[in-house]
Amino acid sequence: MPTPFLSLQGLSKRFPAPKGGEALTVFENVNLGIEKGEFVCIIGHSGCGKSTILNILAGLDEPTDGAVIMNGKEVSGPSLDRGVVFQNYSLLPWLSALKNVTFAVQARHRSWSKKQVLEHSQKYLDLVGLNGGAELRKPSQLSGGMRQRVSIARAFAIQPQLLLLDEPFGALDALTRGSIQDELIRVWSGSDQTVFMITHDVDEAILLADRILLMTNGPYAKVAESVEVGIDRPRARAEIIHHPDYYDIRNHLVEFLAKRSRELAGKYGDGSLTQPKTVRFGANGDIAAPAKDITTPRPRLVKGAE
Amino acid sequence: MVTSLNARAVLLSVVILAVLLGFWEAATPKQQLAAELTEYELLMGGGEAKAAVPPPSAVFAKAWEELSDPFYDAGPNDKGIGIQIGYSLYRVLTGYFLAAAIAIPAGFLIGMSPLMYRALDPFIQILRPISPLAWMPLALFVIQDSQASAIFVIFICSIWPMLINTAFGVAGVRKDWVNVARTHELGSLKTAWIVILPAAAPTILTGMRISIGIAWLVIVAAEMLVGGTGIGYYVWNEWNNLDLTSVIFSILMIGLVGMLLDTAFAYCARLVQYQE
Repeated sequence: MPTPFLSLQGLSKRFPAPKGGEALTVFENVNLGIEKGEFVCIIGHSGCGKSTILNILAGLDEPTDGAVIMNGKEVSGPSLDRGVVFQNYSLLPWLSALKNVTFAVQARHRSWSKKQVLEHSQKYLDLVGLNGGAELRKPSQLSGGMRQRVSIARAFAIQPQLLLLDEPFGALDALTRGSIQDELIRVWSGSDQTVFMITHDVDEAILLADRILLMTNGPYAKVAESVEVGIDRPRARAEIIHHPDYYDIRNHLVEFLAKRSRELAGKYGDGSLTQPKTVRFGANGDIAAPAKDITTPRPRLVKGAE
Repeated sequence: MVTSLNARAVLLSVVILAVLLGFWEAATPKQQLAAELTEYELLMGGGEAKAAVPPPSAVFAKAWEELSDPFYDAGPNDKGIGIQIGYSLYRVLTGYFLAAAIAIPAGFLIGMSPLMYRALDPFIQILRPISPLAWMPLALFVIQDSQASAIFVIFICSIWPMLINTAFGVAGVRKDWVNVARTHELGSLKTAWIVILPAAAPTILTGMRISIGIAWLVIVAAEMLVGGTGIGYYVWNEWNNLDLTSVIFSILMIGLVGMLLDTAFAYCARLVQYQE
């Protein structure tokens, strides 16, 4: 069995008890594999430790147990190979949008000349439609949507091997969110970026992801299911809802969040390595095909569609 | 009548000033001319100049006279107001920037390291409330030079607000911004330069502005003690001469310079201000 590009092995996070009492286990025994170029979304209720997992992947936080292996090497500490976009405050407010990108590009390519850095940065800002003077504004002078566009442009500009998005559209209104999702897909399609994204939005997850991970409620949260989204790319918001699998997947996710995330919650597991249950829809067989190994080959993503 | 708030505020300020000056002028007794006095009054010393609070007109006349030739130097006790203020500014700025050169890096250290913060906190807490003038005797003895002692007093009084504000600002930098630096593999120097310094700059500038205000307050008292030159010495010297016109004039000048210093720092603070 080949090792996936990114693998989370027996990841747990515990916080020591304040005084005497029992330690708080946020999640435990998380085992996952993510392939190169895959777009993975993770959904779960607040407090299940999604952000902690993302921070561990980023190297900003450390697991209590377990390890993250990327490209055959254990992740320790933050690195330019893993780009992060947070919901807020990814941008430095005293720098212009352009400078927010150039400092990152400069950090990535230390030998580049100023001109090279500038051209490369502007290329990615162009991709998200920030040009003609708007790139010289400070983040406070940009709308929330524009700010996240800059964050995304920066993340793609440094070309990390793994892109981590922590609810990047959480603070945006629905219309803005829609258009930035489209842009994210467009920029992503032109790259071979692996993306790991946290979201609370079920429709967003289906639109963007190859695979959606579902987490049970914390404490003792775990990744219970891995739902594959077999809908062909390129996907368009208006058409995807007519896909025969769309509502099956959507209902499955909603039902999980409303009911099963709670039912499956709680302390369990004997410490053995358990994989999330793979769920497929449509042509691959009806709901909840039980426990296929996640490392079984999946249909490759359809790329292109500039 | 529609006028802007600013225009009306200026108008009101002028009215208040005129009323105050009018009362002041009216309340000060006029020195009577010798010719108008009776012989008896002259014998009783009525013709001699009496020490009294001068009317504003006399202060204006004095100001005009002093400001039209601010840099004359006619010996140790008779220098123009420009020279005196120049000496004071020199002492204030020297002591102040020496303090900044130590307080800002030290504040960085304290703000970045919880260990240093805890270790140095008791020293700061004890040293900070000491009146800067209390250092004067010790400074005079150790430094053996009144000029340098005055500068030291300015140094010691302006260091604390800068130190504390820098530490506070650095410690309070949003963790997300530090994470931005970490995920971009910026070294500690680059992180300090690109992220922490700009993020903490508004707080640091606030400390610097408080410090310059305190330094300007303290220099007057310090110069009254050490003597020789400076605006503080000038005030005290004119008091010894019983020249209240000059005393009032120099008080106004102290206020004016203090305001200019504060305005300059307020301007710098606006330059580094950012909006989240």
